Amino acid sequence: MTQRAHVPWLYLLVPLAFLVAFTYVPVVSMVVHSFTDWDGLSRDREFVGAENYVDLFTRPQLFQVFAVSLFYLAGALLQTGLALYFATVLSFGTRLRGLFKGIFFFPYLINGVAIGFVFLYFFQPGGTLDTTLAVFGVQPRLWLGDPDLVNTSLAGVSVWRYAGLNLVLFLGAIQSIPPHLYEAATLDGANRWQQFRHIIVPSIKPIISLCVILAVSGALSVFEIPFIMTGGANNSETFVIQTIKLAFTFNKVGLASAAAVVLLVIVLLVTWLQRTLVPEERVEQS
Amino acid sequence: MAATRATVAGTVLVLALSACGGGGGADGEAVVAVPADPAKVTGTITVLTNRTDQVQDGTTQKYADEFKKTYPGVTVEFQGLTDYEGEVRIRMSGEDYGDVVLIPGSVDSNQYPQFFAPLGTTEELQPKYDFTDKATVDGKVYGLANIGTANGFVYNRAVWQKAGVTEWPRTPAEFLTALRAIKDKTGSTPYYTNYKDGWPLTNWGSGLGSPSCDVAANDKLAETKEPWAPGTDLNVVDTLLHDIVHTGLSEADPNTTNWENSKNLLGTGEVATMWLGSWAVVQMREAARKAGRDPQDIGFMPFPAQVGGKFCSVVRPDYLFAINKHSKAKEAARAWIDWYISKSGDAQKSLSISALKGAPLPESLKPFEEEKVELVRLGWAKNNLVSQIDKASEVGLSAKDYPQRIVDVARGAAPGDLAGVFADLNKRWAEAQAEIG
Repeated sequence: MTQRAHVPWLYLLVPLAFLVAFTYVPVVSMVVHSFTDWDGLSRDREFVGAENYVDLFTRPQLFQVFAVSLFYLAGALLQTGLALYFATVLSFGTRLRGLFKGIFFFPYLINGVAIGFVFLYFFQPGGTLDTTLAVFGVQPRLWLGDPDLVNTSLAGVSVWRYAGLNLVLFLGAIQSIPPHLYEAATLDGANRWQQFRHIIVPSIKPIISLCVILAVSGALSVFEIPFIMTGGANNSETFVIQTIKLAFTFNKVGLASAAAVVLLVIVLLVTWLQRTLVPEERVEQS
Repeated sequence: MAATRATVAGTVLVLALSACGGGGGADGEAVVAVPADPAKVTGTITVLTNRTDQVQDGTTQKYADEFKKTYPGVTVEFQGLTDYEGEVRIRMSGEDYGDVVLIPGSVDSNQYPQFFAPLGTTEELQPKYDFTDKATVDGKVYGLANIGTANGFVYNRAVWQKAGVTEWPRTPAEFLTALRAIKDKTGSTPYYTNYKDGWPLTNWGSGLGSPSCDVAANDKLAETKEPWAPGTDLNVVDTLLHDIVHTGLSEADPNTTNWENSKNLLGTGEVATMWLGSWAVVQMREAARKAGRDPQDIGFMPFPAQVGGKFCSVVRPDYLFAINKHSKAKEAARAWIDWYISKSGDAQKSLSISALKGAPLPESLKPFEEEKVELVRLGWAKNNLVSQIDKASEVGLSAKDYPQRIVDVARGAAPGDLAGVFADLNKRWAEAQAEIG
């Protein structure tokens, strides 16, 4: 028996080792760094106590970049809505369902760097977007050059990239709903909207709530797309890009680690808040 | 022990992987002299380089073969790194960063003894090489440059002539008039910022020293409270950048610029001018040749300002070569550095200014000689302090955010005006300086 008890741990050994080595050790050292004045290179560094945190919180302009996150948050909500809509439509036995599923999910499989470059050409003056819109008589714009438009453009890329993931998550959940529920509802005269409202939404509530958590934490820590496409220039700087700059442009690894810790705490806090407001409940399907 | 090791590991994954390096050695390490007898030097050395193009097209191998004729016992291997700065900086937390390294720009010179072996004393090397003061710590030189780079505008002479401008502008105002003429008469884009890639834009910070023709321009920043006060170099240079963009003389959308493509644009004359280093001339000529244009159309002109009737162009050292202090083949590494700088002929081939004192200027800078442009070899005695103030203030004189912000303000993409930006930069500089200096 005791041997049996060891078996699961044996299987878990490799993934756990990876998890500890690549997630927990770096997080712990990041927290330690945040209390030092390390420049990222020097052999010696001094413990400075909470100085980095004091520095961080006495510079409100460092937190202004979170305003940019609102664009991505709005984008993420739009993306969740879109994904939910298409997932529902696809779940009602649409023709070529597999094909559409593939088309929607495909962007998520593409490397983020490649997406960045593709959309750079897409948004160029006289690029694909301008040319397409010209057919409808829309004047060309500086999609990335206009500081009022750049974050919307970037959030749009983000929606395009991640909507497929949400769709697949929703679709999976919707398909696990027993078909006899729809049947019974149809017999009772419920239309598609009522089926969606009273059967689908309650059944996949945990998945929706998961997607919202991912959306919020994703919006707070956006990095890849703006970093590749604009490098954080032109009013598109996010908190993570700012942190990277502190660490690698100005060699303030201590301060940057403190910023990273603060971001981690904010994300945990938001998640906790969201879980408290919308508690998880077991969904009974019968 | 495990705990301390863990703490050395960085925020980033890669850092965590490679950051378990050992401690520093004793100070006052012996100088690695150039070996007297080439036949006796043996070993294999690894040279880290940012010139991936030279590694790919076999140029480096040719140098290695050539080197072997003089030093038969030494084998030279190369590692070309695309993200040179980032990768080497991370590798430097361990011991494995090659035998010959180019010192990353972000390493402060007072840290050099922690990482590199001294190449000689100041008395010995200063008479032979330029720029030794950039890597001098306590009378010892830790790095030697192969080439220096003059700063100026790379321009398409054909386009400038078509616009009726045949003489180099002597003031920023004349320069703007010339660009305006190009815009009106040729249809070319007068100036290209390379805003998106950012690093070509950082050359604007290297304009420091050109308007004033002052060798000590960089060192003076350590004492200057307000480096952007009216009339100062940085003020003059940044104002020109601002005015170019503000008056619509640069490309339409700076956010989608592309460095590789900018070479073709300049080569074919679609773009007339870019502010870069003298190193860029070769690449632009190559682009012009490929596009079927005359490579000689590509010229190089100094910053539009004169002191005593003379133009001045600041010359800054390119990467400094150093020896890893953990290297097992320091003699061979020292031999390579010496040979590469003085015998390989690489500086001449790349049309660069050799860091060897008394070496002739490259052909591309002949017009500079004819016009008697003064090459100002900037001093670096107080660079350490300047660099510390620069980082503490988060101004980033050599980072892209600083010129990008000026471009943003100039084209109305960021709130405020140039005076406001200067005031803010001055304030941050003064604060950091008061704290450190």
